[in-house]
Amino acid sequence: MALNRRSFLGAALAAGAAVSAPAVLGQGRPKVVVIGGGAGGATAARYIAKDSAGAIDVTLVEPTRTYFTCFFSNLYIGGFRELSSIAHSYGTLASDYGINVVHDWAVGVDRDTKTVTLASGHSLAYDRLVVAPGIDFVDESVPGWDLNAQIKMPHAWKAGSQTQLLKYQVEAMPEGGTFCMVAPPNPFRCPPGPYERVSMIAHVLKAQNPTAKILIVDPKEKFSKQALFEEGWQRHYSGMIDRIGPDFGGGNAEVRPDAMEVVIDGAVEKVDVCNVIPAQKAGHIAHLAGLADSSGFCPIVPATMQSRMDENIHVLGDACIAGDMPKSGFSANSQAKVAAMAVRAALTGSRAFPAKYSNTCWSLIETDDGVKVGASYQPTEEKIAKVDGFISQTGEDAALRKATYEESLGWYAGIAMDIFG
Amino acid sequence: MIHALRLMGERGVTGLALCLAFGAQAQEAPRAVPIGDVARGAEVWVFCSGCHQIGAGAENGIGPHLNRIFGRRAASVPEFPYSRSMQRAGRDQLIWTLETLDAYLENPKALVSGTRMSFEGLPDPEERADLLAYLRDFSASPANIPEAAPTARALVPALAPEVLAIAGDTAYGEYLSSECKTCHQSDGSDEGIPSIVLWPEEDFVLAMHAYKQKLRPHPVMQMMAGRLSDEEIAALAAYFGKLGL
Repeated sequence: MALNRRSFLGAALAAGAAVSAPAVLGQGRPKVVVIGGGAGGATAARYIAKDSAGAIDVTLVEPTRTYFTCFFSNLYIGGFRELSSIAHSYGTLASDYGINVVHDWAVGVDRDTKTVTLASGHSLAYDRLVVAPGIDFVDESVPGWDLNAQIKMPHAWKAGSQTQLLKYQVEAMPEGGTFCMVAPPNPFRCPPGPYERVSMIAHVLKAQNPTAKILIVDPKEKFSKQALFEEGWQRHYSGMIDRIGPDFGGGNAEVRPDAMEVVIDGAVEKVDVCNVIPAQKAGHIAHLAGLADSSGFCPIVPATMQSRMDENIHVLGDACIAGDMPKSGFSANSQAKVAAMAVRAALTGSRAFPAKYSNTCWSLIETDDGVKVGASYQPTEEKIAKVDGFISQTGEDAALRKATYEESLGWYAGIAMDIFG
Repeated sequence: MIHALRLMGERGVTGLALCLAFGAQAQEAPRAVPIGDVARGAEVWVFCSGCHQIGAGAENGIGPHLNRIFGRRAASVPEFPYSRSMQRAGRDQLIWTLETLDAYLENPKALVSGTRMSFEGLPDPEERADLLAYLRDFSASPANIPEAAPTARALVPALAPEVLAIAGDTAYGEYLSSECKTCHQSDGSDEGIPSIVLWPEEDFVLAMHAYKQKLRPHPVMQMMAGRLSDEEIAALAAYFGKLGL
């Protein structure tokens, strides 16, 4: 049955492409536009197209033709994955699901006429809009750093060329040199991410440059999976990693990209590689569309992921305020399924079921030493609230940690299939 | 009732259906009673002895030896070639206790889906209790066995027949399945995370309830199953049971 539906959609797409006018087939079909082709947006587009079986005209707007997942990009830095293994294209979403994939930037949303303007000058009409642009950086959150400095001091918090650059810089560090990470304040994309990244860089340095040092400048008192990471760092990378928290000036850092210096509470440190992960806000288009509040992120209705600002718009993933859920690819994927169901119910009258959300984040500390944290969530009136959760324990045996890592490989394969088809 | 819940919680049994079914008897405080009848258990052992050895000089055969089974982690007898499924259960810290052994003996595949033990299970709780009493005699450190109450657990079925009889709503199951598919692949691929498609519905339902009651050990699955209602589990079983057919 799935095969039949797929081949029907493929044929419909081919016919539509032949006359280059989707309106011929799509006459009267409700229109959904999705901005952003990451874990949130691509999942939403796929589920709306798949489950409506052609009844909804879905357009996905994503500027890049090849999408690199942020999740597992640290494993690429550590040498555990090839960059190509975290690269995905949109071919299957177009060919098997009949989604119109438009590689362009969305530069404006007119909520009154319900149209999205693209950088090319074209515009797209919608009945429902899904906004999933991920994050952008807060200007001047790290004094001395702006996007012009991203070659000298990469952020690598959007995966792809930035991740590659950071990996090369780490591998080219002088013997006994210093790697510095300026960690972000809450809330930010992938809470365990900075600390997994430090683990992966320590893994590389331990083998190639064992006298090198890692310095984390951190404005936060505590961080995700802290006990697990600190136990792992002690066990695998003893003496290599130093973290300066807010009590010692970690919240008062300035960078000088040209001089490769970091100024921590007035003290100048010379560094060889500096990874600056600035403070974050919802992707720019969410602000242009007037969907964000003073926090920089977008408030949503917990049961449907609809924007609190506009009932015809759903905001997903890192850009939204998801209550107790962390900003992660797993969360965005989970939210997308709720939004897809709500969109279909609104446009085609399909059955609506109660929203359920969940998240699990795996992190790799060293070869075969994986840990995880996760929780389930449900909507309340005011927020998405945690129901239940779990976390790996310190002192677990090696077989369990290895199994946890192997499980994460299975998860990656599963979620990639679930997002990109 | 509160007292009963607390006691059952200690034994790792928290299923709501079970608590309700058990409510009437729970007014009386349980007393210490033997697990079962060792002599009758020795008779039940004939089902096992074709593959397993126990007692002095017992060795691995078709199945692993069963000396000191209580308190032992699943798949932990050295050099025995366990199934992948049993190895996974061991890594996830499945410990053989009165509760877990009882669940395994009742329906081996409900607790460990891919076990190679080709035994359909012992439906009679008394037979299981007697066999467990027999096995316990060969465990050197039975300190982990609660002296009070174990027979009460064995006398209550894990799942009421009406729970097993629920006809799953496939459309609802399809929506709920989207949560499973973040990790489990719908084409049945098994890469670090097991396949859950095309299972017999009853096996699926039993497995999910075993997670929900925290008999099966995996923390993610305990959490996921923990918030699913009986109807939702049935819906998922109906959906995944026919996926791709």
